[in-house]
Amino acid sequence: MLQIYCPYCREMREEEEFSYSGEAHIKRPDNPEALSDEEWGDYLFFRKNPRGLHCEMWQHTVACRRYFNVVRDTVSYEIHETYPIGSQPSKMTDAALGSTD
Amino acid sequence: MQPNRLDQGGLIDRGRPLQFTFNGTAYLGYQGDTLASALLANGVKLVARSFKYGRPRGIVGFGAEEPNAIIQLGRGGETVPNLRATQVELYDGLEACSVSGWPSLDLDLTSLFGLVGRLLPPGFYYKTFMWPRRFWMAYEHFIRKAAGLGKAPDTADPDIYDKLHQHCDVLVVGGGVAGIQAARAAANAGARVIILDEQTQLGGMLLASHSEVNGMPALDWVAGQISELQGHARVTVLTRTTAFGYFDHNFVAAVERRTDHLGLSATSASRQRLHRIRARQVILASGAIERPLVFANNDLPGVMLASAVQAYLNRWAVAPGRRLLLVTNNDSAYQAALDWQTAGREVVAVLDTRPGSNGSLPKAAEAANIKVYRGYGLVEAKGGKAVAGARIASLSADGQSITGAIQELECDLIASSGGWSPVVHLSSHTGNKPRWDDEKGAFVPGNSLQNFLAVGASNGEWNLKACISQGYLAGQAAARAGGFDSVDLESPVVNIKETIESAQQAVFLLPHEMPTSRAPKQFVDQQLDVTAAAIELAAREGYQSIEHTKRYTALGFGTDQGKLGNINGMAILANALGKSIADTGTTVFRPAYTPTTFGAIAGRDVGELLDPERYTAMHRWHERHGAKWENVGQWKRPWYYPQAGETMLEAVNRECLAVRNSAGMLDASTLGKIDIQGPDAAEFITRIYSNSFLKLEPGRCRYGLMLKEDGMIFDDGVTACLGDNHYLMFTTTGGAAAVLSWLELWAQTEWPELQVYFTSVTDHWATTTVSGPKARQVLERLGTDIDLTPAEFKFMDWRAGTVAGLAARVFRISFTGELTYEINVPAHFGRYIWEAVYAAGKEFDITPYGTEAMHVLRAEKGFIICGQDTDGSMTPDDMNMGWAVNRNKAFSFIGKRSLERSDTTKGNRKQLVGLRTQDAATVLPEGAQIVNSLNETIPMRMQGHVTSSYFSPILGHSIALAVVKAGLSRMGDTVYCPLADGQTVAAKIVPSVFYDPSGERQNV
Amino acid sequence: MQKYSAFGLLRHALSHHENWPAAWRSPDPQSNYDVIVVGGGGHGLATAYYLAKNHGIRKVAVLEKGYLGGGNTGRNTTIIRSNYLWDEAAQLYEFALKLWEGLSQELNFNVMFSQRGVFNLGHSLQDMRDIERRVNANRLNGIDGVVLNPAEIKEKIPLLNCSQSSRYPVLGASWQPRGGTARHDAVAWGYARAADALGVDLIQQTEVTGIRVVNGNVTGVETRRGFIGADKVACVTAGNSGVMAGMAGLRLPIESHPLQALVSEPLRPCLDTVVMSNAVHGYISQSDKGDLVIGAGIDRYNGYGQRGSFSVVEHTIQAICELFPAFSRVRMNRQWGGIVDTCPDACPIISKTPVGGLYFNCGWGTGGFKSTPGSGYVFADTVANDDAHPLAKPFSIDRFYSGALIDEHGAAGVAH
Repeated sequence: MLQIYCPYCREMREEEEFSYSGEAHIKRPDNPEALSDEEWGDYLFFRKNPRGLHCEMWQHTVACRRYFNVVRDTVSYEIHETYPIGSQPSKMTDAALGSTD
Repeated sequence: MQPNRLDQGGLIDRGRPLQFTFNGTAYLGYQGDTLASALLANGVKLVARSFKYGRPRGIVGFGAEEPNAIIQLGRGGETVPNLRATQVELYDGLEACSVSGWPSLDLDLTSLFGLVGRLLPPGFYYKTFMWPRRFWMAYEHFIRKAAGLGKAPDTADPDIYDKLHQHCDVLVVGGGVAGIQAARAAANAGARVIILDEQTQLGGMLLASHSEVNGMPALDWVAGQISELQGHARVTVLTRTTAFGYFDHNFVAAVERRTDHLGLSATSASRQRLHRIRARQVILASGAIERPLVFANNDLPGVMLASAVQAYLNRWAVAPGRRLLLVTNNDSAYQAALDWQTAGREVVAVLDTRPGSNGSLPKAAEAANIKVYRGYGLVEAKGGKAVAGARIASLSADGQSITGAIQELECDLIASSGGWSPVVHLSSHTGNKPRWDDEKGAFVPGNSLQNFLAVGASNGEWNLKACISQGYLAGQAAARAGGFDSVDLESPVVNIKETIESAQQAVFLLPHEMPTSRAPKQFVDQQLDVTAAAIELAAREGYQSIEHTKRYTALGFGTDQGKLGNINGMAILANALGKSIADTGTTVFRPAYTPTTFGAIAGRDVGELLDPERYTAMHRWHERHGAKWENVGQWKRPWYYPQAGETMLEAVNRECLAVRNSAGMLDASTLGKIDIQGPDAAEFITRIYSNSFLKLEPGRCRYGLMLKEDGMIFDDGVTACLGDNHYLMFTTTGGAAAVLSWLELWAQTEWPELQVYFTSVTDHWATTTVSGPKARQVLERLGTDIDLTPAEFKFMDWRAGTVAGLAARVFRISFTGELTYEINVPAHFGRYIWEAVYAAGKEFDITPYGTEAMHVLRAEKGFIICGQDTDGSMTPDDMNMGWAVNRNKAFSFIGKRSLERSDTTKGNRKQLVGLRTQDAATVLPEGAQIVNSLNETIPMRMQGHVTSSYFSPILGHSIALAVVKAGLSRMGDTVYCPLADGQTVAAKIVPSVFYDPSGERQNV
Repeated sequence: MQKYSAFGLLRHALSHHENWPAAWRSPDPQSNYDVIVVGGGGHGLATAYYLAKNHGIRKVAVLEKGYLGGGNTGRNTTIIRSNYLWDEAAQLYEFALKLWEGLSQELNFNVMFSQRGVFNLGHSLQDMRDIERRVNANRLNGIDGVVLNPAEIKEKIPLLNCSQSSRYPVLGASWQPRGGTARHDAVAWGYARAADALGVDLIQQTEVTGIRVVNGNVTGVETRRGFIGADKVACVTAGNSGVMAGMAGLRLPIESHPLQALVSEPLRPCLDTVVMSNAVHGYISQSDKGDLVIGAGIDRYNGYGQRGSFSVVEHTIQAICELFPAFSRVRMNRQWGGIVDTCPDACPIISKTPVGGLYFNCGWGTGGFKSTPGSGYVFADTVANDDAHPLAKPFSIDRFYSGALIDEHGAAGVAH
């Protein structure tokens, strides 16, 4: 049972208030028509699914309805940080994630 | 007469006798008894038959660890199966019976299995019952008959259950001495504290002992602290409350039994309550459970835990026998012998597997003239349905083999102690693995992902004084971690007589003169009849991982979850494999710590509260007019309105014809409505929908298809331009919530630069749809300042104005193909406008119609319903709706690219068509599959299926919509629907628009 | 392999069961194998068995990081059925079901396949349309199935709440009589013993830490016990597929989620069949031991923790109490979680990869246990021939590029 800090409401709230929305930081291709079926399929369906730190999106569905990002460990379920859409995880988490894409 | 009840002592109220029955026999007990203590007081030894061998079984423990005394409480719909007698508080009139034994507990014919027990080693069922091939179902029938413990009730639960959502700084699980200190320290430091305990009162093991603190009985010493906690403003004390699960982020689920001590069913309020506790810090002070020693025939009634003997004596004033033989590998168990002697009963002897001990308790026992056999083991218990004696022998120094001759002793009670197992269950729920501590001879909590501290016996600390200070320090530490500064840093001064304790011996299975495979059964897990021989056999057959052993033998899979047996079993396996316990593995416990009532976990969210029912403003009117309901998502929608004597088909036909011939009215309030505003609203909608909204002018509406990024249709509906930068999007009833989240997802995460805002206004508006050739006249009668002339208010226009005296938005959109006005007014006027329309339409015989008629009418027009005619694998082209896709938009709208993939552009995709059955009266079942030829054999090549199918009263024949491979190029072809009842229906592929194909009727 | 039989049992009883042979060997790994199967769950063991039996490839090792059958094989709710919607899936699961029907005899190990039938309840008009569609499709695919009305259902499941006034009343159900349950551990052990007898090396406690690829072809695997060479490597590691793929530089369209289950205390027989409800999110059967075995919905977030959120358990038990109001007083004994690898279309991937000699069988989501024999059979065939078995062809990874998905969310049994 996760407890999640909503960076907009600025409170720890129960998991049941939120909806999970999958991997974060996936940018929609600017020109989909220029992509091959393989490249487009990659965008549509292929996810990192890491065993460890995962950047993911949640929506605070029953409250502010804002989407935001969460860095969560998919093994321990520990949440390292939450941060608004459009920003990046902190340097500390970044190092732990081992990549910057 | 309670032959085993002591004259004095115990935490029972002799002034309040209680009557109860067990297996039909009446007995008396006292307020404060458990069913187990009352049975023992009455000399009842036989309480169960074992599951596999039918062996007689008695009470072993005094709490959650009890494996045998499983009972059925009460009868009928209120019965509760599988309760442990040791945890059932006695109340007047309690009725209980055993869950095993046939025809009776005393004369149990299943015990005949015991005679052939040798044929039933673990896993025997994997090796047999395979022939003849089809006979497993017959074998299983008989195997199932022998399975299970108690009986489920056969009617609905009469009780209710509720939930509380609790938040605290410090949660203390366990109200023994360590937990009490922890709670005090944390509360004194300023933290909000919850302390809970599964027993009727706080005190833990002190309730069953005669320890002294500061020169007074320890129980008296903590009594003051308990009342201090109970009066503390920041402390919540929950008794009869079991923390049964510890979940991520310090979430603990605990169930409080509010009325079970009063009777079978609650007379008022809830029977049990689930506390969903979110704690900053958790302190586990859940104590320890004594481990029995394993020896031959150790399952005879009259073999108990030493701690249980002590608890029955001291807490319930019950001496469950006359002549006690105690066998131990440690010092602590001697206290039971001392207490037994103090109670005036005979201690036959203490058998200590260790060659010697310098401990205070063994010395005290010898000083009390108790006969102590050092370096002895109990080889085998003797007796028929109860203990009558024991065979004993001297052991080697390591306790692993017999060195001397067998002697026999007479006794009627055997108590054993193999050391203690900390209750590490909760700590392991969160995924941390307990660690074996050789010195403590126990698993202790391992490193944790959660914010918890384990203290006292649950952390392997057996010394009372140490438990007190550990508890206090943990309480302070937890408060500090939660941001509270401790005000009194000193732990309480306690004065306890120092004692010396010698180490216990690592003995688990007491040796027998025969090898384990041939000795009389030495039980490890009594509830599932798992023996030491079974564990050795599992190892021999290669099931050497502890998990394999457990699964192969069923060790630990009972309702006690192996609280007594798991560690002995692991030790026996380790021995068989020649490994250490630490190398053999660990023991993983799962929630629930003790079995937890489903009803309590479900709480109030059952029955009509399973899911909220959503009503429109007109709901009561529909109800009064006899509507039958269809569940659409959470909404209740009128399905059809049968009149007296009408069948459903007759009612639907009547409703349809009224719309086609005159006027009908539909409550369309449930459709999702999203108000969209902002300078970039049109651009946003154009990116989301497959068609363009950039040129939609105020006062106009447009139908749109919404695709997922994979190109498949997700939702559809009409969007109206309300004004500059202001739109109203209608969604399907079921899709409303998902569509809103979908819009927000794109707006917030992908295109934050677009200024666009969404508000769900579904519940704000009530929608009365007036449809039919007389619709305009109905509106005129109703009275409106909107110019209704066709030139001024065209199809796909909307107008604001006054209708029946109310400010309204009227949309000229149509899902029936008839002239239609959808009148939207603020929801609290919904009932008013509905009745006003009904009255105004009276002269046109306006007819309320439900969802079924709506479906027929729209199917006649070939209009799709998302989720019925589509299924998540349909593109706009598949639905023959390419007209709703604008491929020339500047922005590559959501889903567009996916429409160009090789599979979405292939030629033989399923396409929406109409079907006309050869026999005009035959209505195809929705879901019927379509084949080209009846000459095929199974598996037949299916071409598609029927998505919508009705009898069309206006056309006088059946109609169907279907998706058929390349169907649009197959007009006129005959296809076949082989049905489940063996019939086949032939049908012709036709265009999907059956009625008014040119669309004139909605344009008038 | 010593044959198991009632007579054998009697003979061993006379010698106090002291002479039973080990069900399988515990060999040290050889330096090189024809095929290494990574993952010693039901699917991996079945793959190894069929490689040896059907294709005569006996130099096969199964590498398991923990113990055999310790993953989802031993954690699922053991439901077996083949009434899937789409032809591709239905034919694969039906192929598996037919193998189930002779599996105890094939393996000489009683897997207790109990064909007690499976009910999928419908609670809305759309549920009933979907049920009609699926049952009709099943029948034309040669799969047994019937649509039943509430009265017929009540007759077969007396404790089921068929009241038409409940929140989401039961409107009907599909019933697959040949569906049922099996003993999950026995499936792993039965395949393990039979594979071992054919010479397959079962190597437990040996985690694969890397896949060695040279010039685009696999040459073996790195393990905690060193490098082991192989001509072909077949990965069947549910709950860890993405991590395995990463070792070879591949990505999979898979996300791993917790899936929870629970059992009640053992009860006298009170439920003789399997009942599933998509709409109220729960499924239930009663084991031969008497436990009510209950499956929960999938947790939405990605997770490898083998545990999920309590709220999912609450919702599931609400559904069970709604369907069976008499079970409200029954108690939950144990609750646990597994990790399911889910594909976007709720169908598996049985596929070659761009790396020569490397194969993946994964993404079974919630459908893995029921497919075990079929999955092993077609995967072994795919590995042996380096060409997809006809039943496996539609399940290639290419479908996520072409768009030829096989969307089985409706039939997968739980809401995804």
